[in-house]
Amino acid sequence: MIRFTHVSKIYPRTGTAVDDVSLHIGKGEFVFFTGPSGAGKTSLLKLVYMEERPTTGEVKVSGTSSATAVDRDVAKLRRKLGIVFQDFRLLDNRTAEQNVGFALEVTGAPQAVIGTKVQRVLTQVGLAGKGTAYPRELSGGEQQRVAIARALVNDPFVLIADEPTGNLDDRATRGIFQLLREINAGGTAVMMATHNLELIRRQEFRTIEMNRGGVVFDSAEQMARPTGGRDG
Amino acid sequence: MSRSLRDALIAFRRTPLLSALSVTTIAFSLFAFGLFGLVALNIREALDRLEDRVEIRAFITDGTDPEAVAQAASDIAAYPEVLSATIVTQAQALARAQKELGEFRDVFEGAVLPASIDVKLKPGRRDPATVKRVSARVQAFSFVDDIRYGEEWIEKLYRLRNIAGIAGLALGLTFAAVSVIIIGTTIRMTVLARAKEIAIMRLVGATDTYIRRPFLLEGITKGVLGGLLALLLTYVARTIIDKYVIQTVFFDQKVAFLGLLFGAMIGLIGSAFSVGRHLRRI
Repeated sequence: MIRFTHVSKIYPRTGTAVDDVSLHIGKGEFVFFTGPSGAGKTSLLKLVYMEERPTTGEVKVSGTSSATAVDRDVAKLRRKLGIVFQDFRLLDNRTAEQNVGFALEVTGAPQAVIGTKVQRVLTQVGLAGKGTAYPRELSGGEQQRVAIARALVNDPFVLIADEPTGNLDDRATRGIFQLLREINAGGTAVMMATHNLELIRRQEFRTIEMNRGGVVFDSAEQMARPTGGRDG
Repeated sequence: MSRSLRDALIAFRRTPLLSALSVTTIAFSLFAFGLFGLVALNIREALDRLEDRVEIRAFITDGTDPEAVAQAASDIAAYPEVLSATIVTQAQALARAQKELGEFRDVFEGAVLPASIDVKLKPGRRDPATVKRVSARVQAFSFVDDIRYGEEWIEKLYRLRNIAGIAGLALGLTFAAVSVIIIGTTIRMTVLARAKEIAIMRLVGATDTYIRRPFLLEGITKGVLGGLLALLLTYVARTIIDKYVIQTVFFDQKVAFLGLLFGAMIGLIGSAFSVGRHLRRI
């Protein structure tokens, strides 16, 4: 579904962000990406939704190759992905419903379909009664739920979440994480970058640890080779 | 498309001050352009009127057989450059001179003025070279005593017209370029004000064409609104000049429509330039 083959990303000014990464993420998987700031987690996620292209190597996401995709292919690919950020990235002058509907509008979906789908995902994220609220009227956790609803509304095969709980308190973090688990249980793969080691420790999900652009630990490989030890 | 139009209109409502500023800037650019156009138009009108008076006058030797003169006049009238060749008899010449001089008509008392053939050239064939060439042919008739066509006057008139034309074109193009830059900048301000929205649009899979469309529509709408305002301002300015300074002509409907179209084009080019640059950068 998502495959990195010897992928490196080197920025002209800041140097290597991703260093010779090869990995595969299967359908419906839940994967944590962890590591210190600047380890390359965000760059790696950007390579998945093709905000960045590799300097060397190839990223293949659901049949779309970073080597050959043109802008239109990237736009089409993103309609099959859901992306969530630490800072929510909601439009302040639109209601929760409008923010979610926005993702469907750009695909040219008819207004009637938009209305139904928006209500469905808002219910799914637990915001059924808050559709007409503006982001400033919602708590941080609720705003992130709106962002997740927007990411889900196109029925993505993978949800990419870059530090989705970074701006939230413990209670909201637990709530968002529980929501991501439910989404994953419904068949959607989740790729989540996080600093929150506590959160990871409590789970059984695959964990990929990064440092200086490279993968230093992958629990999937650990399980495949039980004799290998975790380094750092 | 209707969604893009709605977005363009919403953009007006969301940033009313910026939109008003854009429209006003476009209006003033086009107003300056319009004023110059009006000056150019009036200079041209005036020159056309002066040009109507370009005439070759061939004076005829006293005592020439009127039939020979009539034959010559009809020959001259058949030249491709010639609009008309009119015989002016001695009596007609005197009457005309007296009429032109008005209160000094008495000086012509008992005078004898030479008869002439007055040659008018077709519009578009009144340039100095043609005037000179036709004059030379007319002078070849043996009974033509003298010929006058105001050589220097014609050349000056043409030079003035050429200068006005070149100055008009140069200034017009400069104004157009300045307008494109100003509109590009104002649309860029709108683009920057909506940078977050554009970034999100891209993230959720909007194509660049989809993102661009409302901005282009916004540019066109601003261009047309600016054009309308400029047209109104130009009309008001013209009415004031007409009333207090000098009688002038205004653009006809076709030119006014072309002005609006030009405004729309400037809006389109300016916004396409701005959005394109922004999309390439993010």
